[in-house]
Amino acid sequence: MARIVNLRIWRGDSTTGGLKDVSVEVNEGEVVLDAIHRVQATQMGDLAVRWNCKAGKCGSCSMEINGKPRLACMTRMSSFEEGETVTVTPLRAFPVIKDLVTDVSFNYKKAMEIPSYQPPADLKAGEARMQQVDVERSQEFRKCIECFLCQDTCHVIRDHEENKKSFAGPRFFIRIAELDMHPLDILKNRKQTAQEEHGLGMCNITKCCTEVCPEHIRITDNAIIPMKERVVDVKYDPVRWLGSKIRKREGII
Amino acid sequence: MSNLERHSYDVVVIGAGGAGLRAAVEAREAGLSVAIICKSLFGKAHTVMAEGGAAASMGNVNDNDNWMVHFRDTMRGGKFLNHFRMAELHAKESPDRIWELEMWGALFDRTSEGKISQRNFGGHEYPRLAHVGDRTGLELIRTMQQRIVALQQNDARDFGDAESHLKVFAEVTITDILKENGKVSGVYGYRRENGEDVLFEAPAVIIATGGVGKTFKITSNSWEGTGDGHALALKAGANLVDMEFLQFHPTGMVWPPSVRGILVTESVRGEGGILTNSNGERFMFKYIPDVFKDKYADNEEEADRWYLDQDNNRRPPELLPRDEVARAINSEVKAGRGTEHGGVFLDVSKRLSAEVIKKRLPSMWHQFFELAGVDITKEAMEVGPTCHYVMGGVEVEPDTAAAIGVPGLFAAGEVAGGMHGSNRLGGNSLSDLLVFGRRAGMGAIAYLKNNGANPVSEGAIKAATAKIAAPFTREGGENSYSLHAELQEITHNLVGIIRTGKELEEAIEKIAAIRVRSANVSVSGGRLFNPGFHLAFDLDNMLLVAESTAKSALRRQESRGGHTRDDFPSMDSKWRQVNHISSFDGTQINVREQGLPAIPKELFDLFDVHELEKYMTPEEIAKGGSN
Repeated sequence: MARIVNLRIWRGDSTTGGLKDVSVEVNEGEVVLDAIHRVQATQMGDLAVRWNCKAGKCGSCSMEINGKPRLACMTRMSSFEEGETVTVTPLRAFPVIKDLVTDVSFNYKKAMEIPSYQPPADLKAGEARMQQVDVERSQEFRKCIECFLCQDTCHVIRDHEENKKSFAGPRFFIRIAELDMHPLDILKNRKQTAQEEHGLGMCNITKCCTEVCPEHIRITDNAIIPMKERVVDVKYDPVRWLGSKIRKREGII
Repeated sequence: MSNLERHSYDVVVIGAGGAGLRAAVEAREAGLSVAIICKSLFGKAHTVMAEGGAAASMGNVNDNDNWMVHFRDTMRGGKFLNHFRMAELHAKESPDRIWELEMWGALFDRTSEGKISQRNFGGHEYPRLAHVGDRTGLELIRTMQQRIVALQQNDARDFGDAESHLKVFAEVTITDILKENGKVSGVYGYRRENGEDVLFEAPAVIIATGGVGKTFKITSNSWEGTGDGHALALKAGANLVDMEFLQFHPTGMVWPPSVRGILVTESVRGEGGILTNSNGERFMFKYIPDVFKDKYADNEEEADRWYLDQDNNRRPPELLPRDEVARAINSEVKAGRGTEHGGVFLDVSKRLSAEVIKKRLPSMWHQFFELAGVDITKEAMEVGPTCHYVMGGVEVEPDTAAAIGVPGLFAAGEVAGGMHGSNRLGGNSLSDLLVFGRRAGMGAIAYLKNNGANPVSEGAIKAATAKIAAPFTREGGENSYSLHAELQEITHNLVGIIRTGKELEEAIEKIAAIRVRSANVSVSGGRLFNPGFHLAFDLDNMLLVAESTAKSALRRQESRGGHTRDDFPSMDSKWRQVNHISSFDGTQINVREQGLPAIPKELFDLFDVHELEKYMTPEEIAKGGSN
């Protein structure tokens, strides 16, 4: 059953902009991205929006819907009240390029700063042996679709541009955790560098990132808190610190 | 243009999906400077949507598997229209490509021995697909993306600048492949972000732009699948081969309408999902073609036993190659035995526990629960065919991925043709893009040993600039969104899963009429991130691809794989000897016949001659291979 819905869409660029009201037809089962596409095809041919898969797998259509960081392709129109105006705005933590499209290059710069996976030098292709139970911890973090909603919602950078330089953000804390927990990675001190170089210590575990994650990755509980605990342990206990070095090489930790 | 943004590289890769990134890694590791151009953000390419896995005969689950079995399965799946050499290279090299990903940090699901686990899939004789749940494509693209970053970190260490020798140009559309003196000299396009032109000078260009699904109304493809590489290659003087073959994946979502076409992975059937019609009948038993009768169970008891004992039972017919299953579903719906929304039922809830389903098919559970309100651990899914993959593509030299007819141009992945014949097996695309992505990189490396920089002329720049500016100079012209919708309606109705000569003729006329109108597309707004402007160029590409498909389909008077003619319903050995070659003369697509390369004796001898008799003419059989 088609109905008419009021959308309030932020339109503008890096210098100026504002909310524009528009009415659009919406059909059964449709999501916010469908409504935006209909506006684009019928009323605003140059309305800028990013999207790709339309199935919650690529993380392109990130925006703020009624103020909440969401994927437009996974937010059903039926989740709003009859007659409710749906407000769509660009991600607030990143600079606007145009309309709903923001400059997310911050994230790609941070990705470049995380040391890559390092397998043992003597490991030959095809000879890796890992148990399912051991890869599952890292696999949870590799579900990340890089929608950057966690980055957008994180208080440390959402309203504090000045923190961006020294803070990698939740997406990259799970990247570090993923490598740290990888059964074959041999690079040492990943937790310490997370703390010292990537701003892990600035996180005050409010779990906002976990709440907005469309992949339901338990960012805070499974990545950030375990790393924080370990960092504290090794910082204050030299014996544990030494032990962790040895165990890591043997694939225990 | 005095302020034109200009770059110069050894190699430019158009497309940042699996094939493009693998090609870029190969070229950079050989010391070349490489630009990677993507239409979207880095890491969002359509490879991310691949779910089931990557086929490679590692033999981790069943040690009877080897490259020869994989080769045979691939040729059978493609109904022997595959380029034998591509199928051979693919089968031989895919295990190494998977293991290599593991060395770069990929974390595949494991067997109890700790090796990479492998799952069953349609048309594959043994469990063969390396996978990570049902998000294998994401793992693959993220691993490649992180490999690119690792190489950039090496460059930062060695040269002080991470992007000195390998740079990703995100959100750039290429509108022209440039040539000077008959050879590739670079590419020209615009930045989507601000609409400004950009020139890349490079003597070697690798096209890895993926597919053409957006030409169709119901598709599993994202907005990017607009046949850009197919059209760029045609305009540069390359050929497309066998564009009539399109894969309609049997299981796309059918309800609600907004998600129609979104993929439901074949793993659902690989893990034991069964297909039933509205009468509750498990209908696939009725649709086992003669060529597959000895490999597929013809009764439910045997099919069910196969899940427990694969050595002594034949496979369930739900695991027939995709073309067979898609046609069967189409027939059931046409016969009035479809679901309320025009699909059939796919049910995995009766065979697996809720816990196992959520573990092995997590994104399917998520997708149905969130988008359709269906809990697949308790109820059946409604599914129907969706345009998924194009087997046809740029005609290439198998070993080097060099585009035939254009020195310096290479193509790999979905945009290249030949590998999959008339129908691709599930799981063979992820392995294809790794194997041939690497080979395209190697091809470019070898080419550059004898070919240096080939400067772009001012005349070429001027023409390319004018082309991009054109839509803004027109006023009151047609809207690209409505022309695109009209094209999708034509392809859906007249060039779809079941075709007739009369309808194809009608389609060719109608596509030509839209081409005429598309020359008059005008754009509202400015150059800053303007989707209407972007679609104007995508539309031009889709029109060329659709014309090539319709014209090739009209000529092929038989039914084979991803090409079904209602007026020529059977497969004909004579047609197996023919490839259709599309070329572009500046005004229209011309299609001609070309003999299929003959299979050499050592590959011919891998098959039982009685099986080959089903596909080949008696003369071919008597010859017994080409040497």
